[in-house]
Amino acid sequence: MSVPLAAPVEPLRLLASRTAALCLVELQKLRRDRTEVVTRAVQPALWLLVFGQTFTRLHVIPTGGVPYLDFLAPGILAQSALFVSIFYGIHIIWERDAGVLAKLMVTPTPRAALVTGKAFAAGVRALTQALVVVVLAALLGVGLDLNPLHLLGVAAVLVLGSAFFCCLSITLAGLVLKRDRMMGIGQAIIMPLFFASNALYPVSVMPGWLRVLNHVNPLSYEVEALRGLLIGTPARLLLDFGVLAGSAAVAVAVASAILGRLTR
Amino acid sequence: MRIAGLRHRFKETVAVDGLDLVVREAEVFGLLGPNGAGKTTTIRVLTTLLPPQAGTVEVFGQDVRRRRMAVRRLIGYVPQALSADPALSGRENVALFARLFDVPRAHRRERTAEVIDAMGLTDAADRPAGTYSGGMIRRLELAQALVSAPRLLVLDEPTIGLDPVARAGVWDRIHQTRARTGMTVLVTTHYMEEAAAHCDRVALMHRGRIRALDTPAALVASLDGGGDGGEANLDDVFREYTGDDLDGGGFKDVRAARRAR
Repeated sequence: MSVPLAAPVEPLRLLASRTAALCLVELQKLRRDRTEVVTRAVQPALWLLVFGQTFTRLHVIPTGGVPYLDFLAPGILAQSALFVSIFYGIHIIWERDAGVLAKLMVTPTPRAALVTGKAFAAGVRALTQALVVVVLAALLGVGLDLNPLHLLGVAAVLVLGSAFFCCLSITLAGLVLKRDRMMGIGQAIIMPLFFASNALYPVSVMPGWLRVLNHVNPLSYEVEALRGLLIGTPARLLLDFGVLAGSAAVAVAVASAILGRLTR
Repeated sequence: MRIAGLRHRFKETVAVDGLDLVVREAEVFGLLGPNGAGKTTTIRVLTTLLPPQAGTVEVFGQDVRRRRMAVRRLIGYVPQALSADPALSGRENVALFARLFDVPRAHRRERTAEVIDAMGLTDAADRPAGTYSGGMIRRLELAQALVSAPRLLVLDEPTIGLDPVARAGVWDRIHQTRARTGMTVLVTTHYMEEAAAHCDRVALMHRGRIRALDTPAALVASLDGGGDGGEANLDDVFREYTGDDLDGGGFKDVRAARRAR
């Protein structure tokens, strides 16, 4: 039963190869459980249908001449990606408890690759959900820019944002170590992240202290980029992509450093 | 595998207390002991999950502290919990590990099919692992661990929670693979009759140290007539070296064992 193993590869290729392997697994799981895509779409659908349509009639939020539903749709897209990725910490604790994480960590896979694989897997799941939200928004009459390049940019933004929040969640899981504590923390941070961003309202209506939080919240840069790409509002795309890519890279490094705590 | 002076503590608790151990190439070596004896900590250090705090551990000459990736390429590991991904098919579970161990693309499909067949799972290979019985999942995990043709197979309580038929099936596959490949097997188990039947040598570990080490037959013979006057077995040896002092295992140990069922 001999098997020729490939020669050890250079770190970057190893990272790419392992990330691809773990993403493929995530797609295989999604293929089996399509109901998840539908059930997870209920919440963003409610935000668009109920909150979006109601506030569109109220005309109380200054959106610079853009219909409120159009303004809101990219925010809900970012929110749904945040909800998918912020609970990856619970998922990784489940994997720890089931022995899956230890088994993966005993393979010749750098911890950064395990974390990057999870981060991109979160991105892949977020994209499947984003598809549902975009279709729903189009059906509700949101004026979406369907330029393929812009849609590609939307996908990149969602993957980077999901990667950051997934790694944040894995880092917190590595610190608290317990599933029930992690659930509490997930619930505790998700709404502050959402409300301290420009997802529901523009920065101009925020009080000063909230503007400061908005300034350091990667979700705001994600929303700004999505809004710029999907509905053509002014956006600092270079800055947005830079912040998202930088945050994701730092978050991968921190989560990788802390991952070992979960199996000790 | 060579362990010298291994010590590891968790805060005030000394888990491994100056362990010296040599496992010979191509043998089936049983690491026995009550809950809390230090077996799992030893395995975690050996498999690079825990860095050794003191002492040295080498796997085929590779130091686990300095050459972690090289050690991982030599090891196949089956943890105590049933750890196959229930959402993936058996084939997908094994194929993932073929990729993670760099089995070349040209051989991956064939190699995956080969180990699945060796574990008697070909007919179920495309079903989700969540539909497998406990014995089938253990054999699937063996297939995952063996897909890279490891030189050292590490099994942490591989048959816990399985019925006698499934246990026999798992051991049959381990022996068949070992006979073909000559790999070394390190196993921890609570089942003394299994250790006696399947291990070439066993070490009895208690409170972080090796208390006895030899072939099962030699350990039984060393009791000189048996524990209670009858014919002695490895259970008597276990009791001889651990006595009634079996409260070392904590809630975590028991929960982990039950989760595997």
